[in-house]
Amino acid sequence: MPAITFIHSDGKSDRIETSGGESAMQAATRHGLDGILAECGGNAMCATCHVYVDEIWLARLPAVTDDEDALLDGTAAERLPNSRLSCQIQITPELDGLVLRLPERQV
Amino acid sequence: MSAAGSAASGVPHLDVDPFDMKFFADPYPTHQLLREAGPVVYLDKWKVYGVARYAEVHAVLNDPATFCSSRGVGLSDFKKETPWRPPSLILEADPPAHTRTRAVLSKVLSPTVMKQVRDRFAAAAEERVDALIDKRSFDAITDLAEAYPLSIFPDALGLKAEGREHLIPYASVVFNAFGPPNQLRQEAIERSMPHQAYVAEQCQRENLAPGGFGACIHAQADEGAITATEAPLLVRSLLSAGLDTTVNGIGAAVYCLARFPDQWQRLRGDLSLARGAFEEAVRFESPVQTFFRTTTREVELSGARIGEGEKVLMFLAAANRDPRRWDQPDSYDITRRTSGHVGFGSGIHMCVGQLVARLEGEVMLTALARRIAKIEITGEPKRRFNNTLRGLDSLPVTITPA
Ligand code: HEM
Ligand code: FES
Repeated sequence: MPAITFIHSDGKSDRIETSGGESAMQAATRHGLDGILAECGGNAMCATCHVYVDEIWLARLPAVTDDEDALLDGTAAERLPNSRLSCQIQITPELDGLVLRLPERQV
Repeated sequence: MSAAGSAASGVPHLDVDPFDMKFFADPYPTHQLLREAGPVVYLDKWKVYGVARYAEVHAVLNDPATFCSSRGVGLSDFKKETPWRPPSLILEADPPAHTRTRAVLSKVLSPTVMKQVRDRFAAAAEERVDALIDKRSFDAITDLAEAYPLSIFPDALGLKAEGREHLIPYASVVFNAFGPPNQLRQEAIERSMPHQAYVAEQCQRENLAPGGFGACIHAQADEGAITATEAPLLVRSLLSAGLDTTVNGIGAAVYCLARFPDQWQRLRGDLSLARGAFEEAVRFESPVQTFFRTTTREVELSGARIGEGEKVLMFLAAANRDPRRWDQPDSYDITRRTSGHVGFGSGIHMCVGQLVARLEGEVMLTALARRIAKIEITGEPKRRFNNTLRGLDSLPVTITPA
């Protein structure tokens, strides 16, 4: 199963094994990871699952939809060009090794 | 329904009625019994399966193809019985129909829209606290939990001033009707005609003020996202689910904070905890206690074999206090990591109004905690009985201003 790494805002990192067909957000919350709140449970309503995608991975993710784009405008921490919602990132075998940085705050 | 088939599968049969007055008065011992009996149980009284542990409730909520909503999310199976009202186009629908209507309400109740209403909701919360500080002693249900949402939500929807007294009674019918054919349900439906007539009328485009949530839903029909005949029914969803739920949500939060003064003091010390205090109250009290699903095929759930066309009752409230999932589940802790609680559901039907609920909860608790030093319960709280909603009818309190 693909594994992904979350880097916290203080620099510490957590490597997480994902299970089939889940999103990066689901993998994070299943492991009780601090730093992903995911209040809306992946329904693309809350923007509390905000992550910064490591530059080398950015182009390998599916494009941002209009809905995600609108939500990213409302993130608590600054929106950067590599901002994504982790509930909208489905983990596929090609994403094994993905690195996601966590913002300082989600609300 | 096949009670015999279920007996064969080794699922424990329980003789409890989770829609009985004695149960409502104190559901917790029965919740524990349900959780401990097994991952899946069978309730002989209503011939339904039940799940009360977090893992199974979560699993059922997240498998809508097997556990469907289009046959009703109450006890009544729409395939066998005529629904008491035309079914909801969102709550009582499955994909792909649900996907379309859900997208419309998500847009109408989006974070961007919340930003637009936030200042108004916050100002109304401050005004409510002004009025309460003048009173000192009041009923925290009528004068706070009901008065606050009533002062903002009908306006936000764009409803006319006349007839709003039907709103809470209508919602109470809707939530009683998910239950079994007991006295609560039968009486509620018998008395529902005037409320239904009011609601049907208010859902029409000409009765909804421009700029409100209702008008925005109708505008989606112009965009072609829904048809002109679907729009009024989607407005109805907000009238059904948007008011009484938050009354019980805010009521739950105030009841918790009044009962647990240490948590109240923590909140006063750090107002940024208001959002968490509300969320934890939704977990702790679970204003929406239960919903049903219907199986679309034979399925095995945690070792239990369930046939096609069976009703499965999900105890959201019991899942929210399952010790398998939560540390100290029976304590109200405003700093708890509440992510994953099922008070708003989970998966594709997870509450589409959750941002409205959280906004109301957050601004109301912030206003209260900023201006009030102490809330004391001064009389016996009275419970309000409903087949689905849990909340109080009255909570006499006295406050000390900060
Ligand atoms: C504390 C307050 C609230 C609670 C506890 C609550 C709870 C819930 C729950 C548990 C569900 C899931 C139903 C299911 O899975 O079958 C739900 C769905 C829904 N809620 Fe809420 N709700 C609240 C506030 C609101 C508000 C304020 C609105 C409208 C503005 C609303 C509108 C809806 C609608 C339309 C659905 C159906 C969504 C769908 O089927 O996709 N709710 N709610
Ligand atoms: S979990 Fe809410 S937007 Fe991702």
